Amino acid sequence: MIEATGLTKRYGNTLAVNNLSFSVAAGQVTGFLGPNGAGKSTTMRMILGLDTPTGGQVTIGGKKYHDLKEPLRTVGALLDAKWVHPNRSARAHLLWMAKSNRIPATRVDEVLATVGLTSVANKRAGGFSLGMSQRLGIAAALLGDPEVLLFDEPVNGLDPEGILWIRKFMHRLADDGRTVFVSSHLLSEMALTASNLVVIGRGQLISQSSTEDFVARAAENTVKVRSPQLAELRDALQRASAGVVEEANALVVSGVDSDKIGEIAAANRIVLHELSPQTGSLEQAFMQITGDSVEYHTGLDAEAQHVLESAK
Amino acid sequence: MNLLAVERIKLFSTRSPWWCALITLALAIGFAAIIASATTSPLTISATLYGGTQFGIAVVMVLAALAVTTEYRFNTIRTTFQAVPHRSPALVAKALVVALVALAIGEIAAFGALALGMLMRPNDGLGLHTAQDWMNVAGLGPVFAISAVLAVALGILIRHSAGAIALLLIYYLAVEDLVRIIPKVGAHIHEWLPFNVANKFLRGSAVVDGPSPSDSPLSPGWALAYFAGISIVFLLVALGVAKKRDA
Repeated sequence: MIEATGLTKRYGNTLAVNNLSFSVAAGQVTGFLGPNGAGKSTTMRMILGLDTPTGGQVTIGGKKYHDLKEPLRTVGALLDAKWVHPNRSARAHLLWMAKSNRIPATRVDEVLATVGLTSVANKRAGGFSLGMSQRLGIAAALLGDPEVLLFDEPVNGLDPEGILWIRKFMHRLADDGRTVFVSSHLLSEMALTASNLVVIGRGQLISQSSTEDFVARAAENTVKVRSPQLAELRDALQRASAGVVEEANALVVSGVDSDKIGEIAAANRIVLHELSPQTGSLEQAFMQITGDSVEYHTGLDAEAQHVLESAK
Repeated sequence: MNLLAVERIKLFSTRSPWWCALITLALAIGFAAIIASATTSPLTISATLYGGTQFGIAVVMVLAALAVTTEYRFNTIRTTFQAVPHRSPALVAKALVVALVALAIGEIAAFGALALGMLMRPNDGLGLHTAQDWMNVAGLGPVFAISAVLAVALGILIRHSAGAIALLLIYYLAVEDLVRIIPKVGAHIHEWLPFNVANKFLRGSAVVDGPSPSDSPLSPGWALAYFAGISIVFLLVALGVAKKRDA
C-alpha cells in the first residue's frame, strides 16, 4: 500500500533519511519504530508530500501523494495534535478540511461523535487538553474515510487511559480493513499495537519483519541456574553447545530452554538450586539493536558531562 | 469554488479578521468625523477619506498578513497542503478571499466616511458630483484589495507574523518617503514606488489639502494597473517559493 524506494532527505550537511526502502502492507497495523531523531517524522512528511525527498520516492497505492485527487479521501494523517488554530472551534477546523476535499459537512459531526468530542465541538481548540487534541487529530484523519492512516507518535504524552483508547482505536481501524502506519520510539507499545514493524535508526532501515519475529530476535531468552556443582554444570551445558555466562554464584544460559537444562542436569546427576527463565526487557533489547544508530548519543553524554563540570 | 469556501471558513472562524475590519472602519469613519468637525475650510472628499487612505490600508495589510502567517505559526498550512497538495490553488484562493474582504471593508469605509461627512457638513457641497469624485471614494476598495494581496504574498514569503507586519508597516509608513532623500535618483525612484503610485489613482496629483499627493507620471487608471501588477508579481514569486519549500 505504501511503498518507499531509496527515500533520502538531506538538510544541509545532515542526512535525516538515508536510502530508506520499505513497504507497508494493506489492511494491517504496521509500526514505524526508531529512537528519537531517527527520521520517522521526516519520512511521514515525505509520504504526505509536505517535504520533497532529496532522492528516491514514496507511493501510496502506486501513486505519489501529489497525484491523488482529493487526497484526504485516500490518506488520513495525524502528525501533530497541536496543528490547529487555537481560536478556531473543533467543528470549524474539521469543516474547512471537509470542504477542501468535498466531503459532506454531515461527516464532520459523524467523526466528532466517533472520537467522543461532540459536546465540545464548538469550543476553541486552543483550550483542549492533549488527549482531546489527539482525538480531534484522529477525527481529522478519519474525515475522508480513508483507506490509509498515518499516525506520528500518537500516544506521546498521553495518560494511561488515553493510551489504551488509542491502542483500541488502531485495532478497530485495522479490523475495518484499513492500512495503519504508526510511528513510535517505544517497542513495548508497538508490540501491543502493530503486527508488522519497520525499524529505522539514523535514517536507515534496520529491519522490516513481523512484530513477533522482531521481538523474538530482540528479546533473546536466557535461563538463570544456580547449583552447588556450578563448574560441572557449565561443562555439561557447553558440551550441549549452550551459551553460558557466569554471574555471581549462578550461570546465565542462552540457546537452550529450561526443560533441556533440567534434563542435562539430571543426566549428569547435578543438583540444582534454581532454574528460572528470564525474559529480557524489550526496551533493553531494542536499545541494543538500534544502539549504534542512536543519534546524539555520545554527544549528549559529553554535553551532560560538560554541564556538570561547569556547575562545579 | 470549494477552495474559496475553505478560505472563507478559515478567515471568519477566528477573531483577528473581525477586529482588524472593525479597527479599519473605526479609523476611516472616525477620522472623517474628526476632520469634519474640526476643519475651518469647506470639507473636501480627499480630506474626508484621509483616515481610510492613510491608516486603513495599514490595518487591512495587517489583516491580510495575519491570515497567512497564523497558518504557518499554528502549522495549519501543513494540513492545508495535505488537503491541496499542489499548494498554489489553495494560496491563490486565500489571496482572493482576503482581497474580496478588503474590497468590502474599503467600500464600507469610504462610503461610510463620505456619508458621515455629508451629514455633519451639509452646506459644504460635499458629494459625488464628478467622475473623479466617484473614483476617489469607490477607489478605496480596489486599493485595499490590492494591498491585501501584496500583504498575503509577503506573508507567504516571510511566514512570521511579526516579521511580515513590521516589514509591511515600516515600508508603507516610512521607506517610500525616505527614498526621496537619496540625492539625484531618489525622486525618480519614488515616482515608481507602489504606494505612491496607488495614491495617484486614489487622490490624483492636484494639491487640495493634506499631505502632498502622488508624483507618479502615470494616469490614474494606469496607476491602479501598475499597483495591481506589482502585487501579482509578488504573489507569483511567493507561490513559486511555497511550492518548492518544505512545508
